[in-house]
Amino acid sequence: MRHWSRAAWALGLVALALFPVVVTNPAYTTIGVFTLIYMACATSWNMFSGYTGYIALGSAVSYGVGAYTMALVSIHANMAPGASMFWLAPLGGLLATLVALPIGAIALRVRRHTFVVITIAIFFVFQLTAINVGFTGSTSGLILPFISWNESYYNVPFYYVALGLVIFATVLSAIVRRSRFGLQMLAIRDDEDRALGLGVHTTAVKLTGFALAQFTIGMAGALYAMFVGQIFPQFVFDPLFDVSIALMAFLGGLGTLFGPLLGALILESFQQWLTLSFSNSSLYLILFGALFLLVILFMPQGIVVFVRDRVTRRSAREKAAVAAAETTLAGSGA
Amino acid sequence: MSGSALTYAIVDGVLTGSVYALMATGLTLIFGVMDIINIAQGIFVVLGAYLSYAIQLHWGIDPFVGLFITIPTLFVVGIVVERGFMARLKGPEKTAMSILVTYAVSLLIEGSLNMIFSVNDVQISAWYVNQSFKLFGVYFAYIYVFGFILAVVLLTALWVLLYRTRFGASVRASLADQTAAALIGINVKRVATICFGIGTAVTAAGGMVFGATNAFNASSSYDLISRLLTIIVLGGMGSLGGALVASIGMVMLEDVVGVVWSPIWSTMTFFIVLVIVLSLRPQGLFGKQLARTA
Repeated sequence: MRHWSRAAWALGLVALALFPVVVTNPAYTTIGVFTLIYMACATSWNMFSGYTGYIALGSAVSYGVGAYTMALVSIHANMAPGASMFWLAPLGGLLATLVALPIGAIALRVRRHTFVVITIAIFFVFQLTAINVGFTGSTSGLILPFISWNESYYNVPFYYVALGLVIFATVLSAIVRRSRFGLQMLAIRDDEDRALGLGVHTTAVKLTGFALAQFTIGMAGALYAMFVGQIFPQFVFDPLFDVSIALMAFLGGLGTLFGPLLGALILESFQQWLTLSFSNSSLYLILFGALFLLVILFMPQGIVVFVRDRVTRRSAREKAAVAAAETTLAGSGA
Repeated sequence: MSGSALTYAIVDGVLTGSVYALMATGLTLIFGVMDIINIAQGIFVVLGAYLSYAIQLHWGIDPFVGLFITIPTLFVVGIVVERGFMARLKGPEKTAMSILVTYAVSLLIEGSLNMIFSVNDVQISAWYVNQSFKLFGVYFAYIYVFGFILAVVLLTALWVLLYRTRFGASVRASLADQTAAALIGINVKRVATICFGIGTAVTAAGGMVFGATNAFNASSSYDLISRLLTIIVLGGMGSLGGALVASIGMVMLEDVVGVVWSPIWSTMTFFIVLVIVLSLRPQGLFGKQLARTA
């Protein structure tokens, strides 16, 4: 079983790495870059919300902070447009983490239900502020230094950096899950009061987890800004982003390692394909909303758990059948 | 600050705040009885506004008379959404799932409204929207007062329903403790469905007044829902009185800030107050102490 799972991970990684070699059409590699960005974000989101059960719906704050770090620093430092701008991504991640500390300190004062609502409210603070203050370019946005890479080649570096981000988020999430810190988060999810009683510093664990999860999301935001070349407050601080990455994790399987990756792969590529195929944005909203409902109502525990349950049930049934046959044989033999 | 600006803030706080109170009461009632956070409340308000707008445009029915059509319509919409989607949610992640489901419902309605009415802003118009009168030295359109009266009438009706009827007693029992309510023989599921219906029905009235006092389109729902969520968190989630006090207080404060500094910062006030209140009193102004919430 373990060998199979390792082989599957390796196969998946090879498939992702070879994608831009096989598919060279920029329209499709663009979808690839966006999909990888969302895979990294959903995995990172899951590392806090999936493990602790505290559903955060304000992740676009970190995404926006990352995006604006990239835009403002590259513009004001007069950076040479090109690969050196990638180094701003970790800075964006770091700033997103720092911004998340006071947010988490306030929002984590309450338990789950209210936490969700407060993260939404704080998200709107950031969106409104970004639209109202001058240095974000307000509603007309900011234009980043123009990278004059060849059109057929432009997407490739972004694709591999985004893939690096996905690997980083997945490895970090796996390490955290196996660590004492990860177990403490899972204990909080299962029974917070008991975890507290057993000596887990719940507030510190939650705050650390929350802030840590924002690092990759901030980096992803920075990468996004560099990739699209022009950002607007209303698009980097987007409520749809908040809900999308949560939905991706739910679709794949909340709290699992593979789930958010799978969920993001399916949903984001589907969403990008919808945008390509239908220029009518209202129709797109309706289709996305309908898909959304179907997923949550018919597969609430996510694909990974859904499939795992089927497989375990079948193998249990086979075992039972074998046992029954043996009993019958033993009975007839006697 | 001039005296009339302060008067304006207070009068507008009471008049507009009561309409917000109506919409927020629906939201906090749904949360209290069902542990469901209804993100679609914002789009329901806009839907109510569009319904009033459409029946006035096509059938020439006055928006206030039209409430006899729009309130029952939204009640039915609420029942359908509850039966179709909310009733299926179970388990420890129910509240989080409810946010995702109602958000999806919200996207569906937003897309449909954009298709039917386009994304251009519209506003409900009538004589009481265009004519104004002087109140404490400040001019107000009649709609503000009519809207206030409507909100008071509906809030009173809701209060009577909740505190003076047998059904209301079972709602309050469910608010206090769902398991205990079920144990003494209250059909909590039926109570929940009807509460969801009532919670969305009040948005028809709120939406009509909103649509007459503001130019709106489907995306106005985002601004509305962020305000309404802030209000119910401030008041204490599940507290009906808290929703009323927080609505009026917040609209007043927003007006004062808008006059003293700038309208740009007035929306920010909402959230700054939220941060301060939560730092001092995490359960909100009138909220129950949240112990052992699984």
